[in-house]
Amino acid sequence: MIGWTTPRGWAHIGAGFAFALLIPAFVTQNFLLHIAILVLFSAYLGQAWNIAGGYAGQRSFGHAVFVGTGAYVTAILQTRFGWNPWLTLPPAIIGGAAVGWLIGFLSFRAGLRGSYFALITLAFSEVARILANSLEITRGGLGILVPLSPGFANFQFANKGNFFIVVLAMFAVAFGIAWWLEKSRFGARLVAVRENEDAAAALGVDTFKAKLHALMLSGGMAALGGSFYVQYYLYVEPPIAYGVERSVEMLLVSMIGGSGTVLGPLVGSIALHLISDTTRHFLEAPGVALILYGIVLILIVGFLPDGLISLFRRRPTVVPDTDSGAPARRGAHA
Amino acid sequence: MLEAQSLTKAFGGLVAVRDASIKVPEGRIVSLIGPNGAGKTTLFAMVAGFLRPDRGTVTFQGQDITGWQPHRICALGMVRTFQITQPFANLTVLENVMVGAYARIANRLEAAELARKVATRVGLGARLDQPAQGLTVAGRKRLELARALATQPKLLLLDEVMAGLNPTEITEIVQVIRGIRDSGVTIFLIEHVMQAVMSLSEYTYVLNNGALIAEGEPKAVASDPHVIEAYLGHGAAERIKKGNAHA
Repeated sequence: MIGWTTPRGWAHIGAGFAFALLIPAFVTQNFLLHIAILVLFSAYLGQAWNIAGGYAGQRSFGHAVFVGTGAYVTAILQTRFGWNPWLTLPPAIIGGAAVGWLIGFLSFRAGLRGSYFALITLAFSEVARILANSLEITRGGLGILVPLSPGFANFQFANKGNFFIVVLAMFAVAFGIAWWLEKSRFGARLVAVRENEDAAAALGVDTFKAKLHALMLSGGMAALGGSFYVQYYLYVEPPIAYGVERSVEMLLVSMIGGSGTVLGPLVGSIALHLISDTTRHFLEAPGVALILYGIVLILIVGFLPDGLISLFRRRPTVVPDTDSGAPARRGAHA
Repeated sequence: MLEAQSLTKAFGGLVAVRDASIKVPEGRIVSLIGPNGAGKTTLFAMVAGFLRPDRGTVTFQGQDITGWQPHRICALGMVRTFQITQPFANLTVLENVMVGAYARIANRLEAAELARKVATRVGLGARLDQPAQGLTVAGRKRLELARALATQPKLLLLDEVMAGLNPTEITEIVQVIRGIRDSGVTIFLIEHVMQAVMSLSEYTYVLNNGALIAEGEPKAVASDPHVIEAYLGHGAAERIKKGNAHA
């Protein structure tokens, strides 16, 4: 079904990553590199959301809870306990997965689905934001500043090109995970749960476990994104870490591009950044840009419910069903 | 192979199944019939782990599985189909069947191979790459059957796989089900289509208003006055007898 799993598809993917690797060598304007980093970063976070929201169909409205957790783990371990930032990455990932386990265990045990699950995740991220705002270890509303000391050992780069390479690598790993889902039993089970939970259970899928594992994987990935954010901006505060805007961006990127697909989050991220940056660039009044942004989003959601990626995909030709089970004539493309 | 002891399930004040006990011996085709709303599907759901019985036990191959979750029961080798078909609508036929195959096979290529084989066996071989939502009623019934078979069960619970099919399709699927039994899978089916019940099953239970009212060989059961009354109303058995005497 997926055209890019052919050798030619592989060549395209390889060429794409090779091209991306060359970007820092030729693009020297920090402003352009910064946009490229943000596009890949959104795509990475969108892919993290996509694992639980797209493949497993558990559409969260509060994925910022994972991003923020990763960000705070990295920031706190560094500033309070003197850890090397690289070494904070595994605990950040584990922290995100643990939060995923907690949220998943509570809400899936209670049988929450659909909009109820979306609401409960939103509630969790808001609780996390309020906690971060009031706890001493997160320095409350002051936020945490990571001291500037550029160098590879400190996961800080004076040259944005290096950040670009890091985020490209993260994106590649996320891409690989999504690709693996398309090809594996675990992925097939997640999709089965999304499409019809009862049928999946009847066919031997432990639906609770599948959803839980999807949310843990998704949470761990999102948390790593949070760690990257801290190293890139060297600052984290509650609204940045746990803000609703982050959650919305993650699900928008994935759904606009095409949720439950490997390339959807990248397509969505490019599209969203194009729309928001161009509207902001060409329109003086900031409110007007937002309105235009909203209109474009409505149009995309309204006319392309499967995301922008559905523009590029060949629709499978429906074989005329003759009702008798006799071999039907196949579409011309076969 | 499968034994249910005095299963009872009530929904609020409505007792859907009352004190029903059934036995399905290995290698047989056993059927469960009864008028609409008799509680057949509820009985199935309790056996397959989708509903927890209020009272009673379910034993499969000597193991008490009462209240087990469906996926564990499937792992033991008992799988059900749904009367109201539940396809994974956005997936292709092959992908649908592969979900079943993955119950016992982790490897993707092997699962695909088994899925292809099973789908072909139930007559879906020409539609492997078609989305499941494009299938007709008959196609969806076949898909239910294929997915269940792909889990490589020892006991197959079929919930009205023939409802809505035309006579030709029924004849075809009866052949398929016989073939499945001959390959060593025990079958327990709910069916409305009497033609199929008569020709397929070796033993029949009749459920009415949640209670078993008759059991035995299909021919004997069909002429049981209690059964006739359950289907055709009070006094029907009497009138049929009279009609036969006049003729």
